[in-house]
Amino acid sequence: MSGNGNGHKYKVVLGYGTCGIAAGATAVKDALEEAVEGGGYDVDLDIAGCMGLCFKEPVVEIFDREGGSVIYGDITAKKVPQLLDEHVGKGQVIEDWVVKRSEDPNACEGDFLENQLRVVLRNCGKINPESIDEYIGIGGYEGAKKALTSMTPEEVIDEVSASGIRGRGGAGFPTGTKWGFARKSPGDVKYLICNADEGDPGAFMDRSVLEGDPHSVMEGMILAGFAIGARHGLIYCRAEYPLALKRLDIAIEECHEKGFLGENIFGTDWSFDVKVKKGAGAFVCGEETAMMASIEGQRGMPRPRPPFPANSGLWGKPTNINNVETFAAIPWIIYEGGEKYAAIGTEKSKGTKVFCLAGKVRRTGLAEVPMGYTLRQVIFDVGGGIAGGKEFKAVQMGGPSGGCLPESKLDTQVDYDQITAAGAIIGSGGMIVADNRTCMVDLARYFLSFTQDESCGKCTPCRIGTKRMLEILERICEGKGEPEDIDKLQNLAADISAASLCALGGTAPNPVLTTLRYFKDEYEDHIFNHKCAAGSCPALITLRIDPETCTGCGACVKVCPTDAITGEKKEPHLIDSELCIRCKMCLSRCPSESIISE
Amino acid sequence: MTNGRLEVEEITVEIDGSKCTAPKGSTILDIAKANGVDIPTLCYDPRLSPYGACRLCLVEVEGARALLPACYAQADDGMVIRTTNEKLERIRKTLVELLMSDHPMECQGCSKSGRCELQKLAERYGITESESTSTFAGETHEYEMHRENPFVMRDYNKCIMCGRCIRICREVQGVGVYDFVNRGFKAIPGTPYDKPLQETPCEFCGQCISTCPTGAIKARPYEDTGRVAARDMLRNACAYFKMSEEDMMEALGLEGWVTRTTCAYCGCGCQLDIHVIDNKVVEITSPLMVGSGQGNLCVKGRFGYEFIGSDERLTKPLIRKDGVLVESTWEDALGLVAEKLGEAKKSSPDSVAVLSSARATNEDNYLIQKFARAVIGTNNVDHCARL
Repeated sequence: MSGNGNGHKYKVVLGYGTCGIAAGATAVKDALEEAVEGGGYDVDLDIAGCMGLCFKEPVVEIFDREGGSVIYGDITAKKVPQLLDEHVGKGQVIEDWVVKRSEDPNACEGDFLENQLRVVLRNCGKINPESIDEYIGIGGYEGAKKALTSMTPEEVIDEVSASGIRGRGGAGFPTGTKWGFARKSPGDVKYLICNADEGDPGAFMDRSVLEGDPHSVMEGMILAGFAIGARHGLIYCRAEYPLALKRLDIAIEECHEKGFLGENIFGTDWSFDVKVKKGAGAFVCGEETAMMASIEGQRGMPRPRPPFPANSGLWGKPTNINNVETFAAIPWIIYEGGEKYAAIGTEKSKGTKVFCLAGKVRRTGLAEVPMGYTLRQVIFDVGGGIAGGKEFKAVQMGGPSGGCLPESKLDTQVDYDQITAAGAIIGSGGMIVADNRTCMVDLARYFLSFTQDESCGKCTPCRIGTKRMLEILERICEGKGEPEDIDKLQNLAADISAASLCALGGTAPNPVLTTLRYFKDEYEDHIFNHKCAAGSCPALITLRIDPETCTGCGACVKVCPTDAITGEKKEPHLIDSELCIRCKMCLSRCPSESIISE
Repeated sequence: MTNGRLEVEEITVEIDGSKCTAPKGSTILDIAKANGVDIPTLCYDPRLSPYGACRLCLVEVEGARALLPACYAQADDGMVIRTTNEKLERIRKTLVELLMSDHPMECQGCSKSGRCELQKLAERYGITESESTSTFAGETHEYEMHRENPFVMRDYNKCIMCGRCIRICREVQGVGVYDFVNRGFKAIPGTPYDKPLQETPCEFCGQCISTCPTGAIKARPYEDTGRVAARDMLRNACAYFKMSEEDMMEALGLEGWVTRTTCAYCGCGCQLDIHVIDNKVVEITSPLMVGSGQGNLCVKGRFGYEFIGSDERLTKPLIRKDGVLVESTWEDALGLVAEKLGEAKKSSPDSVAVLSSARATNEDNYLIQKFARAVIGTNNVDHCARL
């Protein structure tokens, strides 16, 4: 909660999502609890979900009575006593640790958040996700109450249509239209499914929303169920998200206690309930027909469409499926009005979109921006540019189904149609940034190995076709590419795209196609010159040590698995290229960046 | 309803320029088949629910966003469909090439040769051994052969993942022994925990054999015998010379080798094709979509034929004399039966009971009850009910 209403002088809120926990937030939590119990500080401790500041986790935000706050990053258990002593005890801000302070929001790393517009993430990192009262305290469930008590289902659909929101799962289908189909589809029993089977490499916004603000998803589902006439809601969430599952369970239980789920919700004659179905971690189960097969207890394999789920979905009944991010935006739309949402964004892509900044960007994390921002704004203004002062090379958007865009496309607006025209997709919102040390052939190879591993194996083009494409790429990376390989890749890609059963196979060649479109010279360099200009493909590089900068610290000698590095202490070292297996362990350890890969 | 019949709504579609009418609810493939338009398929079997996996039957439909699988997509009234053009044929060729790139090139030694659906498509698209090894050469599977039971042999190196074995076991037999395991290139049909079939609920009906389009699932009783080798050679010759089996037999001056008959095991009336070489049965299949069985058989119909050529089969009547069964003539044997029955009837007709067999025809069974009631005068008639 912004502010501090419990009479204590300060409120200390720890970011306690999976990302924070992975970075050590549990030790910080223990240290905070211990210090507050023993130290007699005048504070109220609380947790919140992920704020999206992955690059600064674990994160602690300290609120004062006036509503001002300071966000500290990289907090460890060791830093806790000093933090409490100085900030809480003496009222002194520890400048070196500050990520953002409300007095000067753009200073430090504050512009990461200031450059964003948060609708979906409006509550993430601000409220305790395990407390329905905190959600209600900031106006939660008002949208659902308003809709169920004073609106017709058609009016809810009209409001969503007016907002112009398009499905945030990846395909970008207008949500209002989808709900309209499900509403009109005849049948007494209808199902509503929330797709929380987030699986794109580098995408974690759904997890963050479920962990940080599960009630907004729940409220979105209540609204959708009412709008389409479904009394049964299901959340298909992958089992690898234990914290999200735990917080969903808590949220569902709290909703039952408050009468927001179950029979006659909000005192009306409408009934709606939600159950959670754990997915076993198959990427393809994010595809809606495979997901429904999985819910029905079958192997998660897609089936052709039509029939579409709105007509014949789960157990053959009309079914509506939306993504976590879509549901999380719905309460805001109903409460604030569709027009307000439609005022944000571009002509055909309304509202905001959450992106997961990952890869070689300086500030990794969650970035929610209005549609229409340019890629440059997202990567440089929000993301803070490239890590380690290196050069930007490409951004991979939309995960394995998406594409790589080069620097010349950085001024493309984030908008479904413009990104698609450029060769990538918005998809679920993954943005993996590559610098000049990233080999684009290897990047394409990585994504194709992912789709090949995750292909369900049902249809021929995806099962064997992507395997053959992968083999060609592996060959090129090993310096064994042949001149006709580029044509072979392009032809195979076209047939796989046209013939695959579902979108997993249909879009699997995209990373190859876009890298061929924008970085064909790198392919040719590998094939004809047996060179990897990025210095990445082990078979095509040699490692050497720059004698000018090498300090002879010996860090490389310690990590070299083949004892290929020799040299006297404090003297420049040498790599024996006969022994070197080009694992690049030395490169990652060298403090003076003296190891050159070429 | 008119004349007590349900009126079916008709739709009209255009396939490759010709107008075709069909009942509403038909798939594009149904209509194409009914109108003699050939669309290649591999995962399609008319006995099974459509699947849309092999992608060979993809067709172009005007106004559709993507190509549609003809086996799965229901036709709508007014649809304009193209089943063949340069793009579709190129895709089909790629698909067959991809399948062949992970398929053992040993048609000559495969007993499915000549009946293999993949082999026919490879021929159709001009894919020969050398070509496929050059275009998409890459990793191939090397699975162990499953030969753990006397009925079903599985060689997944020849599997094309059409899912027909899985569907027929689940949908027609209601057993569900198979499902896919693993993902990606490694995906393959399998049994629970890779157990041998005899440790699963398998009934050994061999339905999976009947639907497998390639040599991945085959019947074991017929392998490794000289006659089977002879039959396979003949089939290979048919494939090589592109002759029908009938023409080949005629050219070689041999008797027809397939006899169509009705299964005698129970009253279902399934149609059998009995494959005979050198006056011995080597295989039994059932013609697809013919008769009451529609091409489906049970373990008895498919595998229970050993008795036909068994050495233990009685060929002469036996009469027990002094406790020992002695070979006799039909005249003596039937004379003895008539004499004994006559005596029994005289003392009390109800001292006689007549037991007939499910293996006999309806007509024979009718006669035997008539004999019991009218000739002997007893109602003690029964039947072994099933075999």
